[in-house]
Amino acid sequence: MASYSTNEFRGGLKLILDNDPCSIIENELVKPGKGQAFNRVKLRNLKTGRVLERTFKSGESVEAADVIDVEMEFSYNDGEFWYFMDPATYEQIAAPDSAMVDSGKWIKAQELCTVTLWNGAPLVVTAPNFVELAVTETDPGLKGDTAQGGTKPATLESGAVVKVPLFIEEGEILKIDTRSGEYVSRVKA
Amino acid sequence: MLQSMRAFFAERYVLEVETPIISNAAITDPQIESLSSRYQQKNYYLHTSPEFYMKRLLAAGSGDIFQFAKVFRDDENGRFHNPEFSLLEWYRIGFDHHQLMDELQSLISCLMPEEKIPFQRISYQQAFIKALKIDPFDTDVNALKQSAKKHNIETPQGMGDEKDIWLDWLMVEKIAAGFSKNSFTFLYDYPASQASLARLDKEDSRKANRFELFYGELELANGFYELTDAKEQAQRFENDNEIRRQRQQKIMPVDYALLAALKSGLPDCSGVALGIDRLLMLLTSAGHIKEVISFGDEFER
Repeated sequence: MASYSTNEFRGGLKLILDNDPCSIIENELVKPGKGQAFNRVKLRNLKTGRVLERTFKSGESVEAADVIDVEMEFSYNDGEFWYFMDPATYEQIAAPDSAMVDSGKWIKAQELCTVTLWNGAPLVVTAPNFVELAVTETDPGLKGDTAQGGTKPATLESGAVVKVPLFIEEGEILKIDTRSGEYVSRVKA
Repeated sequence: MLQSMRAFFAERYVLEVETPIISNAAITDPQIESLSSRYQQKNYYLHTSPEFYMKRLLAAGSGDIFQFAKVFRDDENGRFHNPEFSLLEWYRIGFDHHQLMDELQSLISCLMPEEKIPFQRISYQQAFIKALKIDPFDTDVNALKQSAKKHNIETPQGMGDEKDIWLDWLMVEKIAAGFSKNSFTFLYDYPASQASLARLDKEDSRKANRFELFYGELELANGFYELTDAKEQAQRFENDNEIRRQRQQKIMPVDYALLAALKSGLPDCSGVALGIDRLLMLLTSAGHIKEVISFGDEFER
């Protein structure tokens, strides 16, 4: 089984801890003068998204996780699975709801997403940082209110509901930051 | 900073020296890995500190000496570690380790005259008793494990049963972490098992006359009241290599020239190595060692 020694540890390295795949966020070498060195490591559990901290005696080996990120195009959702296609090989995979976390509500067909595969099976699907989506439903725009002022809810074509400025009209295309879920700007058609 | 240091030593008639960086012998310490280099198919090592050559100068009658040296250590890379780094190392004849601590304190105070940063001194034994209520010289590994548990200290993966590894872990996690944040702490008289190149204490052979200087929990310097006994030094090299054999590490070539120098007579002296890069980090409030090393961000991290 492939494994990594602590001196190979660096940000982004994927390991198995307590049977779950984890990604190293931060690795710090701690060495008491002439003594034994230790690695203090901050990791993200890729299954739960939780951040954990672990310490290893330097020189220890930890099992490597067969985790890779691939860019895939979203095809459709049949209510049970979300289907993605590799644009180069046309290979298709089906991701369960649990792998979508928050991504499902931001994507429409043909959207290019990052699919994290663990032993070949989809673990997490990450939507692009910014998406452009049309407004399907919102209260009528308020003329004259251009810059400051309040917000109102708007439903987007992907089904997500975001807070938008009062001047936004149905049919307009908006740029959204999927990490914060916030409206960024209008997109000129 | 280097100019102030040179002036400090000039005032005290300490001679600046330079010694070879590559050597066919190397340090045997199982915790320190040397980088190697080749010359005409033959393997040489880059020094991890200029100590062996400087001691040969002392034995040859150099008198008090100091050196700025670039040194190299494998597998040491992080916020406070760079595989290539700078040491200021010096030796004072007739000093014991407490006198050398005094001098190191004066040197550092010289470098930051505006700031009145306090210095503390505590023995290794007292520090353990204070933080963990445990006497490090009068305890076994099981008591250390229990103490860690009692104080809710996490057990790193792969700890095993070696007492020194547990002492080191409690040292970083509890003792050093508990040092006052904005002050310097001298920790002195380490366990004999961690003597390195220091002599054992005359009154209590469980202790070695070794010290370290910390700023907060960051280690800045390591010093010894030097071991001058060639036989004991040879035995320590052998023990190191025995530990290396058990841990399946590389066996290192012993420096017989140093042993010969000790045999011919090393004057009674103390020596210390101060990490220049970390001191610079402190003076400039840098958050990462690469900020104080030119082209420091070019090394793969």
